[in-house]
Amino acid sequence: MTSTYLPDKRTGPDIELPPPAVGAARGRTRRRLLHWVTAMGFQVPALVLFIGLVLLPMLFALYAAFFRWGGFGMPSDYVGVDNFTRLFDDPVFLGDLWRCLVLVVLSLALQLPFALAMAVLLNQRIRGRAVYRMLFFAPYILSEAITGVLFSMIFAPDDGLADHVLGSVGLGGLGGTWFADPSTVMATLFLVMMWKYFGFHMMLYLAGLQSIPAELTEAALIDGASAWQRFRNVTLPLLAPTLRISAFLSVIGSIQLFDLVWVITQGGPDHHSETMAVTMFQFGFKRYQVGYASAVSVVMFGISLVFALAYQRFVLRRDLEGATTTMRGGGK
Amino acid sequence: MGDPALSRRGFLAASAAAGVGMTALSGCGGDSDGGSSGGTTTIEWWNISTTEPAKGVWAALAKKFEAQNPDVKVKIVQLENDAYKSKMTTLIASGKLPDIFHTWGGGVLKQQVDAGLVEDLTDRTKPWADGLLKVAREPYLLDGKVYGIPFDIGMIGFWYNKALFKQAGVSTPPTTWSGFLDAVGKLKAKGITPIALAGKEKWPEMYYWAYLAMRTAGADALQKAYDDKDFTGADFVAAGKHLKDLVDLQPFQKGFLNAAYSTPTGQAATVGNGKAAMELMGQWAPSVQADAGKGLGDDLGFFPFPAVEGGKGTITEVFGGGGGHALRRDAPQAAVDFLKFFASEATDLELVKKTSALPVVPAAESAITDPNTKAVQAQLNRATGFQLYLDQAYAPAVGQEVNDSVSALIAGSKSPEQVAQSITQATKEEQ
Repeated sequence: MTSTYLPDKRTGPDIELPPPAVGAARGRTRRRLLHWVTAMGFQVPALVLFIGLVLLPMLFALYAAFFRWGGFGMPSDYVGVDNFTRLFDDPVFLGDLWRCLVLVVLSLALQLPFALAMAVLLNQRIRGRAVYRMLFFAPYILSEAITGVLFSMIFAPDDGLADHVLGSVGLGGLGGTWFADPSTVMATLFLVMMWKYFGFHMMLYLAGLQSIPAELTEAALIDGASAWQRFRNVTLPLLAPTLRISAFLSVIGSIQLFDLVWVITQGGPDHHSETMAVTMFQFGFKRYQVGYASAVSVVMFGISLVFALAYQRFVLRRDLEGATTTMRGGGK
Repeated sequence: MGDPALSRRGFLAASAAAGVGMTALSGCGGDSDGGSSGGTTTIEWWNISTTEPAKGVWAALAKKFEAQNPDVKVKIVQLENDAYKSKMTTLIASGKLPDIFHTWGGGVLKQQVDAGLVEDLTDRTKPWADGLLKVAREPYLLDGKVYGIPFDIGMIGFWYNKALFKQAGVSTPPTTWSGFLDAVGKLKAKGITPIALAGKEKWPEMYYWAYLAMRTAGADALQKAYDDKDFTGADFVAAGKHLKDLVDLQPFQKGFLNAAYSTPTGQAATVGNGKAAMELMGQWAPSVQADAGKGLGDDLGFFPFPAVEGGKGTITEVFGGGGGHALRRDAPQAAVDFLKFFASEATDLELVKKTSALPVVPAAESAITDPNTKAVQAQLNRATGFQLYLDQAYAPAVGQEVNDSVSALIAGSKSPEQVAQSITQATKEEQ
């Protein structure tokens, strides 16, 4: 991009016009200038905000990651890549990466299929499906902090709702210390994540399912396809774009998970539920080692960026190509 | 900001208040002669008493001081604890501090002193400051010089349930570590949870290690180890081992690793509801127990952290801290007068009666009515050594590492040796 004048704002026919006469060219230049001024007038406020509040802080974090810096004044103690070598020597951070992977895999393998199953179920004509849809979607609307406090109470050892319910149905032996046990904390946390977010994915799938023309399924039915075949060969392929987007959101969400963990466990017990974002917070705002915390955020950003780009390049490409929303679609 | 529809007048008042705050921020050094104009001196007093009853009591005291000193005006700037801390950091960078400001002493005060921003009060507060409770003055003494005057002091100790102790056959509170472990065993044998602990928050866990280190290595060892950047001495490892002996008895409540301190299922509530026999906590424990739980009333008792057999420390050395005031460099005489007024017997009596602060003027003790507060005060009175809370004595990164490592020891993932090494490493990284 050589100028801030974004090419996609140009209208197609402008480019395709034949070479105009000299007088017309002057008029056109003036018109283009006016066009440019108008475009800039609309863009500048947003651009200034974006550069000032997003781009510059990001670049500054990248810069700060190479310093030992307590967060006050300007960074001056340059340490090269020390923060990064320390990071990849830190068992807690390596654990963060591992836990991130676990959450991603669990989300993809359990949460999304469950959401899909619920969506397919609630796409049938069943009594009260609107109520179910609303109920399952409701947790997503709840704030993370409230969810955290709520489940801290539910999974409180002995006194919590979970242990009471298990006890009253004769499964008291299954009750435990949930968040307080290093070996069960991640599983319990994932349960909460699933409860909170599956409704969102279910809604995405429902929207996707409703855009599938009924004729296709009917045609398959007439051809004698079984319910499974109709799902496998008609519904699923047509739902694929939605599935790909929802998987993308789920993975990015898992990489950046913070609020739930912070409210429920603060990363404990003994770092067993810590995520990259929690580590970053600990070092940045508790220990005032802002340089090191910046290094954590840079790695987090890097992972998200690489994943997002690769995913768009290899997985989302066919969804984006030819879609009405793409930039490339217009002229050609 | 609870007002849903902020009226125009309310808005104006709010902006005026913000304006005052801004002036206070930007202009506190502007009138460096203490703002004497037309014979009156204005002194600015920054404190963190934003909650009642202290807020009102303090404002009334400032009025009283103004009445006694007609040519002095006291301008109060009240900031919430965390906001105060962050504003102070910016002020320090700018090199200008308010005339009178809140301090906890220790490492943070030392940084300000080293930056040349704090008035040396050694001579200016003679002789009246010498009459204050010795242990309360400790946090503000740096290299034998006085840099602050206390108004409150407190300490950490065991708060226990007398009824549960009696039930387990522990007639008197233990005074030695082995006696303590015995008592824990007896409580467990009766099916009573001996100790409540907030493992999620980590700082309550740190108290155990800090006290044990004081008992094994002596009262001055924690500060010395920090200054020398070396916690690997045998005494510190021994402190970790003693703590491990306790952890091995599994004395804590179920699920303590994810327990908070002041929530309805937290450490304070567990003791306050009689579900655990004791907790190691500061002088504020009774009120939090009663707030988060039911409270124990007359069943609540206090005993100091036991001595460790063969250790260099004694049971009379205390781990604690309080609040005080320091003055900016070259502060006017009126500010010193105010400190004297605030540390007078009459003021302290009022603070003890109305804001349940612990007295720093020995004569104000008579105002204490609560037996537990009396017990804490008695312990403070005969204190032979003092260690300030580690988060105030140490740099934040080191304080957090102590919390983190001790928490790992209690969770079973770090050995006493590894705890000593981790803290040493954090100290070295902090230059």
